[in-house]
Amino acid sequence: MRLTKKSEDMEKEEFPLKKVCIICSKGTIESIYPALILANGALMEGIQAKLFFTFFGLDAVTKKFIKKIHTPVVGNPSLRLPGNIPFPTLLGILPGMEALATSMMKSQMEKLDIPTIPEFMEYIVAGGGEIFACKLAMDMFGLKKEDLIDDVKDILTVGEFYALCGGQGTQILFI
Amino acid sequence: MATKVYVNKEVNVNDEGFLTDPSQWSVDIAREIAKEEGILLTPKHLEVINYIRERVLKGETISMRSINKSGIVNVKELYELFPNTPLKLACKIAGVSKPASCV
Repeated sequence: MRLTKKSEDMEKEEFPLKKVCIICSKGTIESIYPALILANGALMEGIQAKLFFTFFGLDAVTKKFIKKIHTPVVGNPSLRLPGNIPFPTLLGILPGMEALATSMMKSQMEKLDIPTIPEFMEYIVAGGGEIFACKLAMDMFGLKKEDLIDDVKDILTVGEFYALCGGQGTQILFI
Repeated sequence: MATKVYVNKEVNVNDEGFLTDPSQWSVDIAREIAKEEGILLTPKHLEVINYIRERVLKGETISMRSINKSGIVNVKELYELFPNTPLKLACKIAGVSKPASCV
């Protein structure tokens, strides 16, 4: 009886989300945008946000590649042409296909007033969010701090990033 | 529907305190809502609020980006004027419905 009462109380108790720590590990539009939208969306709700870019996700914070983020046209079964016509992988190997698909995607996002990747970085920093790069992945790709955009606050090890993910009401999201 | 009295005028609000009829809004009401939220309205606040009202009453969806592009304030200033939940808070004070925008 007492146990039932306790579990009822627990159900009533709410623990609001206070902080999200988002790990972005892939360098495609469909991985980077969700990470940025989730981080920015959290900040807009008064929730803290920390972003950790690792592996190919580092492209999103690398000066040289930030404006060259694409959507893959090979091995992407969800990619369809306007009118829901399937887009075969064999077509995707043609030169210029990736650029075409990417520009179509970007123009659609522009219509919906979705910020660009550099704009999102600016919004996130403006809202008090923090952007980090993974030390190990930087070493792997031979990247240095000066290769990264200024919005990156620091280069961290996994342990250092986890140290920032403490506290009640914190969630880690891996994308 | 819930109602609330601001400056001796009864207005319709939803359960989160957003005005449900933007035409019931006035600058004096905006000042009162802002006060409840711990904000003292400045001319800059009003510029943002008027911009939001103009856009929303035209049937457009307001977003951080549209405010950023308005030339009135950038995102950093928007967070400073309307802390924590900038878009929601600005819309609430502007007497329009809660923004249905993820960005």
